[in-house]
Amino acid sequence: MSGKPKLTYFNGRGRMESIRWLLAAAGVEFEEEFLETREQYQKLIKDGVLLFDQVPLVEIDGMKMVQTRAILSYIAAKYNLYGKDLKERALIDMYVEGTADLMGMIITFAFTPPKERNLALIIERATTRYFPVYEKVLKQHGQEFLVGNRFSWADVQLLETILMVEEKEPTVLSKFPVLQAFKARISNIPTIKKFLQPGSQRKPPPDDQYVATVIEVFKKD
Amino acid sequence: MAGKPKLHYTKGRGKMESIRWLLAAAGVEFEEEFVEAKEDLEKLRKDGSLLFQQVPMVEIDGMKMVQTRAILNYIAGKHNLYGKDLRERALIDMYVEGTTDLMEMIMLLPLQPPEAKEKNFALIIERAKTRYFPVYEKVLKDHGQQFLVGNKFSWADVHLLEAILMTEECKPDILSPFPQLQAFKGRISNIPTIKKFLQPGSQRKPPADDKFIAQVKKIFNI
Repeated sequence: MSGKPKLTYFNGRGRMESIRWLLAAAGVEFEEEFLETREQYQKLIKDGVLLFDQVPLVEIDGMKMVQTRAILSYIAAKYNLYGKDLKERALIDMYVEGTADLMGMIITFAFTPPKERNLALIIERATTRYFPVYEKVLKQHGQEFLVGNRFSWADVQLLETILMVEEKEPTVLSKFPVLQAFKARISNIPTIKKFLQPGSQRKPPPDDQYVATVIEVFKKD
Repeated sequence: MAGKPKLHYTKGRGKMESIRWLLAAAGVEFEEEFVEAKEDLEKLRKDGSLLFQQVPMVEIDGMKMVQTRAILNYIAGKHNLYGKDLRERALIDMYVEGTTDLMEMIMLLPLQPPEAKEKNFALIIERAKTRYFPVYEKVLKDHGQQFLVGNKFSWADVHLLEAILMTEECKPDILSPFPQLQAFKGRISNIPTIKKFLQPGSQRKPPADDKFIAQVKKIFNI
């Protein structure tokens, strides 16, 4: 046993990507097992490894953790990326819930039939509901990081979100100069810079094959 | 300023109900201001009170908190209902995420189109019986303690009781295969703060009726 966290998920972003980002940002090496067939999934269930029969699954510190938010909270706290007290935690929680909502729209986008997809709504939410908030937070306190003048989970997740939305609309940050500077700054943090390079465990945007695999694995008999 | 938390939401369960439960369980008195028409929501938005233009919003300790999980995390942390260390926290987080998923299915049911309702209702019952309740039944059976985590009352216990009662409203005999959960339900319901919350006249809200659903749809444009 290597002692490294082990991630079980599809070979793609989905709900595991934020976990990959956070581990990478914290400088934690991790292993991955990729779900490729229905049989693999059924075996995981039969072995009693998935608390609610769902992935993501992260084996870490002797626990078989499930539920994305639970896993992220644990990693953030363990690696001191969760603020210094309850109030900083509260801010971080609010900020990551906002970015999670926006990323959630993009995650489901790939699984929505093309006729029903609404990219315009995603971009509208990004530019009128979410990005203005983070732009204002950074502008008002003038600090490098979102919370407590210190690098935290909130910064990692905001960068992840920015890059994900930019993949859909490259000019999305054009009205947000403070976020542009934030993006460059956080991208240059050594652990994050490494994760952004080719060959890292960062996954590409979902393609048709990824969507087909997920649907096949979760298909009801 | 009263110092009591102040909750901003519609006059019904929705996403605010778990927050009401947790505050009540912690013995914290709170005030409520109800969003009853679209204008109320617009006013909150225009005043800059809603970080992401959404409710729930809870004014607490000088903060205008939004995002249900952030609010719940803060209350649990503040009132010692979040375990004694990181590992207990991890267990509590996993458990409440499970009950959240189940309760969210029930919450969304009235908003589904009529043709999908029957199928979704059946899925709720199936998930409760085969995915969620067996997990909590086993947790309690395996350690034989009164509470889900760390032999101490926590947010996870409050949330599970809320989920049990909500599911029983869908199907009254849903707990029949789960003797541990039946005992758990009896036990947790008798905790004084919870017992008080379960009595008529408390700030607990009733299940959504047609009138409330119509109001919600109008306010939130859904």
